Amino acid sequence: MGVETIRKPADTRVAVKPAFDLALRMGDNALILAQRNAAWCGHAPALEEDIALANVALDLIGQAKLWLGYAGELEGEGRSADDLAFLRDGREFRNVLLVETPNGDFGQTTMRQWLYDSWHHFMLEGLKASSDERIVEIAEKSAKEVAYHLERSTDLVIRLGDGTDESHKRMQDALDYLWPFARELDVADDADRAIAAAGIGPDLASVAEKALAYRSEALSQATLTAPTDAVPRKGGKAGVHSEAFGFMLAEMQVLQRTHPGVKW
Amino acid sequence: MYAQKVESTGARPKSLDEMDPQERAFQERIDANIKIEPKEWMPEGYRKTLIRQISQHAHSEIVGQLPEGNWITRAPTLDRKAILLAKVQDEAGHGLYLYCAAETLGVTRDQLTEQLLSGKAKYSSIFNYPTLTWADIGAIGWLVDGAAIMNQVPLQRCSYGPYSRAMIRVCKEESFHQRQGYDIMMVLSKGSEEQRAMAQDALNRWWWPSLMMFGPSDAESVHSAQSMAWGIKQDSNDDLRQKFVDQTVPQAEYLGLKVPDDDIVWNEAKNDGKGGYDFGEVNWDEFFDVLAGNGPCNAERLGARVKAWEDGAWFRDGLMAHADKQAARKIAA
Ligand SMILES: [Fe+2]
Ligand SMILES: [Fe+2]
Ligand SMILES: [Fe+2]
Repeated sequence: MGVETIRKPADTRVAVKPAFDLALRMGDNALILAQRNAAWCGHAPALEEDIALANVALDLIGQAKLWLGYAGELEGEGRSADDLAFLRDGREFRNVLLVETPNGDFGQTTMRQWLYDSWHHFMLEGLKASSDERIVEIAEKSAKEVAYHLERSTDLVIRLGDGTDESHKRMQDALDYLWPFARELDVADDADRAIAAAGIGPDLASVAEKALAYRSEALSQATLTAPTDAVPRKGGKAGVHSEAFGFMLAEMQVLQRTHPGVKW
Repeated sequence: MYAQKVESTGARPKSLDEMDPQERAFQERIDANIKIEPKEWMPEGYRKTLIRQISQHAHSEIVGQLPEGNWITRAPTLDRKAILLAKVQDEAGHGLYLYCAAETLGVTRDQLTEQLLSGKAKYSSIFNYPTLTWADIGAIGWLVDGAAIMNQVPLQRCSYGPYSRAMIRVCKEESFHQRQGYDIMMVLSKGSEEQRAMAQDALNRWWWPSLMMFGPSDAESVHSAQSMAWGIKQDSNDDLRQKFVDQTVPQAEYLGLKVPDDDIVWNEAKNDGKGGYDFGEVNWDEFFDVLAGNGPCNAERLGARVKAWEDGAWFRDGLMAHADKQAARKIAA
């Protein structure tokens, strides 16, 4: 993507490329997680959960629109949020692998949501201090929604972890499976370092530390144990995704790909 | 409609003279448009008929999530995805209010769910048709939510308080759904040739099943006569169907689409001289076939509900067990 330099001389932002990278990563994470969650609609274990998870997905779609819309502006090639969502190939997506992991059972979906929420919350806190005003605005709006997402998913993880033997086992299995994926959020790559260096976003290590402390407290209430020696499962930030991701995009993009250039 | 064939007592409504004093007092309240509330005395037939009607309606909302839910992951833009997801979520909410309204009559949500999953309870025939293209999402909003509103607006005046209040909330949302559906049809019918064809094809497939939503002619039905006397049904199925056709034919014309019925013709004499459309005969054999379980998607719809319920058992049990543990800890502390 061709965002390397500052285009407008009057632009006070010193760092268009890091801002673009940040917006794209946040937007893709929100979009892909929303897409996964939305597939539960009509199939959740209880009506209340169906409604609550749809709410989370709706918030995330709204956030994806804001982030991708801003990424498109920064890129300056006239691409809209929809263009970015529906007309990019898999290799161009920058979401972490965690959010694209298959839904599994409702426990795995809940655990995935919680691992993301408990990072997302602290990440947005950091982004509220961004040097980029638009990023601050989006982060502030999103943070209000994510506070609720985190409250909900934490509550469910605790109740299911400390529920029946079966619910405990399912949540522990989900945690074991997903924890290595969550670590991709913590490991900074070159783009993350440039984002932090430009004051666009927080240092990921500090976000990781807060997320870990928060998770430890909740996991002890949930009687669940996080793996200690998990090697990060990463690749998404560099556009190297899972095999499942291709099928997911094929489904998501089918209409735009089949009928190029029309209005919907 | 959402409750297409609700059996009542099977007896002709009694006249006031034939009623005992308690029943007469009840009927007089209904005739005076005073709402009946959960704790009050009511004839057993009234209670049972209402449970059947409200639960059929609730089941229809829940099963109704499925055909449109199909397209959430394929919606063509972020806005369309959000609108569709919010809509299907609304339907879950409607199901929830309606189950709550039914619970005020002395049944539990679990009992009603059991009746749905065992195939004992009915839900609207319309949701046993497949959603094959994106235009079906437009057609459903326009026609199916449109037909639902036609039926539910009068139910806002239903004699049973909780049902009437649920309908007031539901109707507001259904009218959004209808507008959103019509908007999809508008964009498609003004779009590319393929999009227009998609819109016409969707109208072709959804038109007749939408007319079936009102149920067979009930002019002679004793069930309907009793439900009308009790104020839980206001209009005959045929009257509502006529109203729907009269409203919808001009909307199709505005879209430049053709309603798939060659018998449609304006008739000045209809509706007491106000005019209305004549239209062809609904294929009632198809309707009864779908209702009997032989529609294109009956097995899939019920199968999806059964799977969601069974797969979710551990989740519901886990939450319950946690609540019990918390309660026990409180007592111990
Ligand atoms: Fe509804
Ligand atoms: Fe309805
Ligand atoms: Fe609706």
